[in-house]
Amino acid sequence: MLAYAVKRIGLGLLILVLVMIAMYAAVFLVPGDPASVALGPRATPELKRLLIERMGLDQPVWWQIVEFFRNALTGNLGYDVWSNRPVSTLVMEALPNTLILGLTALTVALLIGVPLGCLSVMRRGTAADAVIGVISVGVIAVPSFVVAIYSLLLFAVTLRWLPAIGAGEAGDFVSQAKALVMPAAAIALGWIGYIARMVRASMMEVMGEPHIRTARSFGLPEWKIVSKYALRIAIIPTISLVAVGLGSILSSAVFVEAVFARPGIGKLITDAVNTRNYPVVMGTVLIMTAIYVSITIAADLLIARLDPRVRDVFRG
Amino acid sequence: MSGSLAARDLSVRYETPHGSVYALRHVDIEAHPGEVIGIVGESGCGKSTLVTALANLLPANARIDGSISYNGVDLAKLDAHRQRLLRGDEIALVSQDPMTAFNPVLTIGDQLVDFQHHRKDLGRAQKRARIAAMLGRVGIADAERRMDCYPHELSGGMRQRVAIAAALLTDPGLLIADEPTTALDVTMEAQIIHLLRELRREYNGIVIVVSHHLGVIAELCDRVYVMYAGEVVEDGEVDAIFHDARHPYTQALLACDPARFQERLDRLPTIPGSLPNLTQPPSGCVYAPRCDRAFAPCGSVVPPRVKLSASHIARCHAVTP
Repeated sequence: MLAYAVKRIGLGLLILVLVMIAMYAAVFLVPGDPASVALGPRATPELKRLLIERMGLDQPVWWQIVEFFRNALTGNLGYDVWSNRPVSTLVMEALPNTLILGLTALTVALLIGVPLGCLSVMRRGTAADAVIGVISVGVIAVPSFVVAIYSLLLFAVTLRWLPAIGAGEAGDFVSQAKALVMPAAAIALGWIGYIARMVRASMMEVMGEPHIRTARSFGLPEWKIVSKYALRIAIIPTISLVAVGLGSILSSAVFVEAVFARPGIGKLITDAVNTRNYPVVMGTVLIMTAIYVSITIAADLLIARLDPRVRDVFRG
Repeated sequence: MSGSLAARDLSVRYETPHGSVYALRHVDIEAHPGEVIGIVGESGCGKSTLVTALANLLPANARIDGSISYNGVDLAKLDAHRQRLLRGDEIALVSQDPMTAFNPVLTIGDQLVDFQHHRKDLGRAQKRARIAAMLGRVGIADAERRMDCYPHELSGGMRQRVAIAAALLTDPGLLIADEPTTALDVTMEAQIIHLLRELRREYNGIVIVVSHHLGVIAELCDRVYVMYAGEVVEDGEVDAIFHDARHPYTQALLACDPARFQERLDRLPTIPGSLPNLTQPPSGCVYAPRCDRAFAPCGSVVPPRVKLSASHIARCHAVTP
């Protein structure tokens, strides 16, 4: 298990390095050097030279990458071109909002999606199963920004139940929670459908296995067979799906944060890209990749924890 | 509590998109406490359908006719909930394949605790103590430690022992062992048969052993039902069946058992032909198309129950008492 964890973490670090090299490549493929793009067409040559030096753009590319990682290891992700504030500070300010948004959405999606999938299996072939199926496919088909805009119109503009923009008053839990409802729902809705379908499909397969017949032959109640004997196996593909899907949850956070003008990593990236603020783009992408890679590793370790057979494969 | 089991005129058909499959037709079975009943026949003869019906585990597309009375209650007429309450309490099944019979992600102990769910009077610790004792009894050394193993950490033979222990833990009046040794190698098979023979001395309920292996049946059973294509063709005391078989199918089946050959043969004997299509079972004797003694009535008239002794019955036109 430990060797497995070390191997996965090593691979994760390699992915981080590759992503950053790709990011650097992208920056240098864009026409014009980053400094003139950042400063605009009317910048004086002196100003431009100053910025090029400060961003280290006069150094060889490989050296820039090495420097970037060396600085990143000490917590220095570079400086915002405009405000000159450290990128790490900007990220740390924005990150909690996005993490709360993503985790709330994911938790809600799991808490609704998994029981719906189980219910589908227990009532397979009935009207309830069909209704859950149609609703699941329906919500998967609706993009999260559409949900965001319509819920904004309905709940914020027409009904005035929930705040339209922002993340709520700092320190006021109720106001923060109210500001979280619509963005989280916009992200969670499609995932409820995905998770319900996934749980249903893998559970149907598990329910046909002989050990389920054994559990039935001992007269265990159906809810216990589904929730304990089948779900522990059937949830494994869902964990992988959710871990991979977290990437798209984070990218839908970009849209959703833009629609609700909610401060967060998504909004930070969008603004930075729009203003060609390269250090901020790089720093945030590094942090997001790191988060994504850690979640994937956590999911793999969780699967190994749930399935003793996986555990043994990596032990031996 | 243990009582007698009697299936009367039991028929089971499966509704499939290709029509009804008449898997079991007009079967009569009887068993009394303390008896070990064998059910033998080739693959597809309906023996698994029969025991699945007895254990109330038929799939949703199965339709059942006739009666299964156990302890004076007709199991076939109970609702699903009351059937479930009998399973794992009065009726226990030792599953066919020990390799897949247990949940792979739960420990043996965890599953065997759950299987005792009808015993509301016992706490978790008491249930675990019963498991440890029972595992010891079926010949598993180091039972305390084995309980915390996952199924894949045990060998096939050990898993089959655990499956038997699980069934015995529920103290059933009716214990059904469906092909208990099929998935095991010969040494393991001998050990499991030995174990079952030992256990039957202390056990007072009904045991039903299903096998296509004649040796297993001969070793374990008091009475035998020989099945072919969904029907019981002959039944009687184990000695009568093995030494005085009268139905042509039973005779052919015995003649094909390699264990009974005196000398080495170049070519193993077989029964020519194949099983009839059970979507349209033959109207007369089911064995007639393959039978070397078939004559005029066999193709169209249902064969009579010929009583050869108090407990020996063959269903055949060609047999006379």
